[in-house]
Amino acid sequence: MYEGPVQDLIDELGRLPGVGPKSAQRIAFHLLAADPADIGRLQDALQKVKEGVVFCDVCGNVSAEATCRICRDPRRDLTLICVVEEPKDVLAVERTREFKGRYHVLGGALDPLSGVGPDQLRIRQLLTRIGTDVSEIIIATDPNTEGEATATYLVRMLRDFPGLTVTRLASGLPMGGDLEFADELTLGRALSGRRSM
Amino acid sequence: MYVRHLQVTDFRSWEHADLVFEPGVSVLVGRNGQGKTNLVEALGYVATLGSHRVATDAPLIRHGASRAVVRTAVVNEGRELLVELEITPGKANRARINRGPVPRPRDVLGILRTVLFAPEDLALVRGDPGERRRLLDELLTTRAPRYAGVRSDYERVLKQRGALLKSVRASRNADISTLDVWDGHLARHGAELLAARLDLVADIAPHVAAAYAEVAPESRPARIAYRSSLGEAFPEAHDREVLEDALLAELHRVRGQEIERGVCLVGPHRDDLDLALGDLPAKGYASHGESWSFALALRLGGYELLRVEGAEPVLVLDDVFAELDRGRRRQLAKVAAGAEQVLITAAVAEDVPEELDGLRFDVRDGEVRRV
Ligand SMILES: Nc1ncnc2c1ncn2[C@@H]1O[C@H](COP(=O)(O)OP(=O)(O)O)[C@@H](O)[C@H]1O
Ligand SMILES: [Mg+2]
Ligand SMILES: [Zn+2]
Repeated sequence: MYEGPVQDLIDELGRLPGVGPKSAQRIAFHLLAADPADIGRLQDALQKVKEGVVFCDVCGNVSAEATCRICRDPRRDLTLICVVEEPKDVLAVERTREFKGRYHVLGGALDPLSGVGPDQLRIRQLLTRIGTDVSEIIIATDPNTEGEATATYLVRMLRDFPGLTVTRLASGLPMGGDLEFADELTLGRALSGRRSM
Repeated sequence: MYVRHLQVTDFRSWEHADLVFEPGVSVLVGRNGQGKTNLVEALGYVATLGSHRVATDAPLIRHGASRAVVRTAVVNEGRELLVELEITPGKANRARINRGPVPRPRDVLGILRTVLFAPEDLALVRGDPGERRRLLDELLTTRAPRYAGVRSDYERVLKQRGALLKSVRASRNADISTLDVWDGHLARHGAELLAARLDLVADIAPHVAAAYAEVAPESRPARIAYRSSLGEAFPEAHDREVLEDALLAELHRVRGQEIERGVCLVGPHRDDLDLALGDLPAKGYASHGESWSFALALRLGGYELLRVEGAEPVLVLDDVFAELDRGRRRQLAKVAAGAEQVLITAAVAEDVPEELDGLRFDVRDGEVRRV
């Protein structure tokens, strides 16, 4: 244990995902020794992320403006929506360069243990997006228990929309995993090999 | 297969231990509490990713240390693989095979197969159904490692569904539209596990009966039968689709009850393995000697099954000869003498039948010495 503010900083850093006690300590001492200007920028970024970040009013992805860059892009295919759990999954699918449609970010997955049900996810918003333009919804939730349950639930909700195809990423993704950890090639293959539900 | 080398660091009482084995018999001799079982427990952990004595990892870490490392070289049909496991309680374990990291510890399953018989095994006969489910599931994953995944998927769904039932119960009007979804997933994963257990029981039953007849020839015939929580609704056919439908139908039937109690009442997590001697259940009726014989027959049955299927496991006999009478000792010695490798622990060398002559290690004061 260090005294005072240093330990507070280590504790706060240690609460971040993926940061263990050793890394927390390393980061803390790095920050202590860092140039005040660098610290200022970090402080700024932290401040802005809470005040300034908006979620796209169409897809729910993090955005700098009311509507995100992808939803504003006229070259994107309006007939395709890829449904993912988190903004980081949008990045993962983008990296594959296989997908030219738009996204819908649910904000998580069904997870009763954490008190997350359909009302805590952006499912209603998804249903309202399905107009005449959309012909296919690709469900790209994580290949784990919660992601699979969410996929099943969505398939049930979507199956009564006339003329709508609902597909799921092909298997082959490492089971029990997180979409963002799949490499581009595997995820790209899962996308192009998607199956109708 | 056989274990050629075992090294542990900060595992149980051992700061460090290093043992080189050979095929055939190895006996670890030392007074009680010297750490013999701790060593075979480390091997069991590599084989099953669990301990036969405790349900959590924390007790496996040496007092005062933060993680344990078990490293073992296993030879299977002339090919040697090095498995390393780093056990850190509360965090995901890390595993390496031939010094290369693997994505999940589960990937090491199947490299070392063991059948371990220990004094705790009396609970197989006298203990709760959970003991017998664990026997089956461990054998299942030893037989086909992919069932480790099936089990953990099932357990995860079970937890999620349990949480949902509790929240539905707590707030009467909670959204139960998702319960159908979880029912479907529980039935799907549950049917896969159930089908595999039923196959296993069918395959192992004759081996258990034969082993019991050898170990306790004077007793009545031993029988084992799977008892499903489906009860009356248990279908004739045992293929996955049929079982899935049956589970789903039963979940619907008991839904009201489940919501009222906030627990999952149907599925392989509520099943049991019935053990009978003649017409009577073993539990509550078998004598002390018969219970021991049954426990031994269950282990030897598993050993025989794996052996005839072509994956001869390492037989581990932890402090059991002292518990058995002469006849049973001799029977066990007969099986052990024919094993590719058998690792035996005993408080005194005289407990081990003479025909089990082999390497001997003295375990004393935190050291292992080959003698
Ligand atoms: N996590 C642990 N840290 C330190 N010592 C332990 C730990 N777990 C068990 N022990 C010690 O190991 C000893 C038991 O070892 P064990 O292998 O069961 O003995 P035996 O030789 O009788 O089989 C006990 O003295 C116990 O205190
Ligand atoms: Mg012991
Ligand atoms: Zn958007």
